[in-house]
Amino acid sequence: MNNNGDITMQLDHALSPRGATIPLEVNDPVFTLDDVSVFYGDYEAIRNVTLPIGKNEITAFIGPSGCGKSTLLRSFNRMNDLIIGSHLKGVVAYHGTDIYGPDVDPIEVRRKVGMVFQKPNVFPKSIYENVAYGPKVNGAKGNLDDVVEECLTRAALWNEVKDDLKKSAYALSGGQQQRLVIARCIAVKPEVILMDEPCASLDPIATAKIEDLMVELANDYTIVIVTHNMQQAARVSDRTAFFTAELDDNEVRHGRLVEFGRTRELFSSPGDSRTEDYISGRFG
Amino acid sequence: MALNTVDETAEGLSLRQSHPRYGEKVIRIILFAAAFVSIVTTFGILISLLIPSIEFFLEVPITDFLFGTTWTPLFNDGEFGVLPLLSGTIVITVIAIAVAIPLGLGASIYLSEYASSRVRKVLKPTLEVLAGIPTVVFGFFALEFLTQLVLIKIFPGIEVFNALSAGLIMGIMIIPTIASLSEDAMAAVPSGLRDGAYALGSTKRQTAMKVVIPAALSGIVAAFVLGISRAIGETMIVTIAAGLQPQLSFNPLIGMQTMTSYIAAAGSGDLATGSIEYKSIFAVGMLLFILTFVMNIFSIRLVRRFRQAYQ
Repeated sequence: MNNNGDITMQLDHALSPRGATIPLEVNDPVFTLDDVSVFYGDYEAIRNVTLPIGKNEITAFIGPSGCGKSTLLRSFNRMNDLIIGSHLKGVVAYHGTDIYGPDVDPIEVRRKVGMVFQKPNVFPKSIYENVAYGPKVNGAKGNLDDVVEECLTRAALWNEVKDDLKKSAYALSGGQQQRLVIARCIAVKPEVILMDEPCASLDPIATAKIEDLMVELANDYTIVIVTHNMQQAARVSDRTAFFTAELDDNEVRHGRLVEFGRTRELFSSPGDSRTEDYISGRFG
Repeated sequence: MALNTVDETAEGLSLRQSHPRYGEKVIRIILFAAAFVSIVTTFGILISLLIPSIEFFLEVPITDFLFGTTWTPLFNDGEFGVLPLLSGTIVITVIAIAVAIPLGLGASIYLSEYASSRVRKVLKPTLEVLAGIPTVVFGFFALEFLTQLVLIKIFPGIEVFNALSAGLIMGIMIIPTIASLSEDAMAAVPSGLRDGAYALGSTKRQTAMKVVIPAALSGIVAAFVLGISRAIGETMIVTIAAGLQPQLSFNPLIGMQTMTSYIAAAGSGDLATGSIEYKSIFAVGMLLFILTFVMNIFSIRLVRRFRQAYQ
């Protein structure tokens, strides 16, 4: 039984289209994933991903629901640690340091690698306090007015809220809340911003604003975005990774990286038929 | 030209109610009656308190009642100054709250933010068992165990019946109320807020203190208020452990009588119906009713204000 499993694993590995999964070289990678698999208990949400994330680039993760792309995103800042029973195999290297190494403090990782979620999760505090939260928990003392103004300006929200900083963040619209979350995220001065379907709950106009903001922010930050919106991936990202969920020889469902490349090339001439089917809307 | 929308002569298609729905009406009446019973009871209690209270205040001036410092209703020439009962209630309630709020809130933070789900599954029901212990048991525990085996060694001058033991044990009795309701409030905080806090590099403590508790504050305040109301209204523990001696004092080492324990003690005696002593029970009951009523109104306002601020 065990032997069988091993053999199938090896076969699976050998048979997988290595040409498609061998990642493109990127200049100056911030993250390098080497053979990463993430498990929830016994369930392997995503299997054997090898992938670099380029500095000051926007990398988009696309693929059908259940392909493990959000799970993979959450492994970049160890958010999966918060889910009981999750564990990771392989190496997630941040500037050459394995962030799952024994001496690594996940809190320090999260200060360098911020995250924006699908639902705008503003805190039940004022707009000002939302932005000031990160610097405060990271030990900032004294007046944070300048930080708050700078971050809200960078998040293209300052002009809309500058007279209402003391108001509850819940008074803002969904799109404004999501920009507030981005302002709150950059107030911690991260190097990388992870975005998990940041526009999924927004209308097209708010989405367009967030997309403009992402492109603008990519000058200073490295961004990894999970999206179900292929046009969004095509519009904003420099590189795209396409994932899918498939059954292995033991009929076990798991997520796989199918193809990774420059967005333009991946969308115009996909190297794998599954990618082509997905981006042309034939499944997913 | 107008469209011919309604055809008066149309036949065959009937959209009228085909049969009467008596069941709907019956259910509505039954449910209304269920809600009505509690309202009627409240008003009934209020009226039954009000009439003897008014009769009481015809004989004893209300200023003597509210500001008098001696409570000796059973003496021939009795005095009806309620301050000793009020001070007893306040001292014991304050002690109880000083125990119950930190421990209850601490337990709820632990259960909601720190405990693994396995620990929580065991701990929360165990804690709630505490709420099911009859208060008379708590009363004897305070008198026989806490006072005579523990407190007497720490405070050699302590009286056998004392406010401290009653307050401490009452606090322990209230812990599950506060812990359980606060935990419910914290568990209801969307996990997205926790994720947001952790993603900004918060520690567990920072997430709990700066995000989860503020978000759950209205529920936590409601839990506190319910706990305080239980402390003010609690009767058995104080009757057994704090004695029946009305004393205007804030010294917790001596015996005290609370408003509730006066009502219990006098009500179970053989006072003649219609006597001034008998009516005094209702006057004290009225004061108790007003105090808890004002506190509930205050807390509803407080909760509403937090809700406005946070939603």
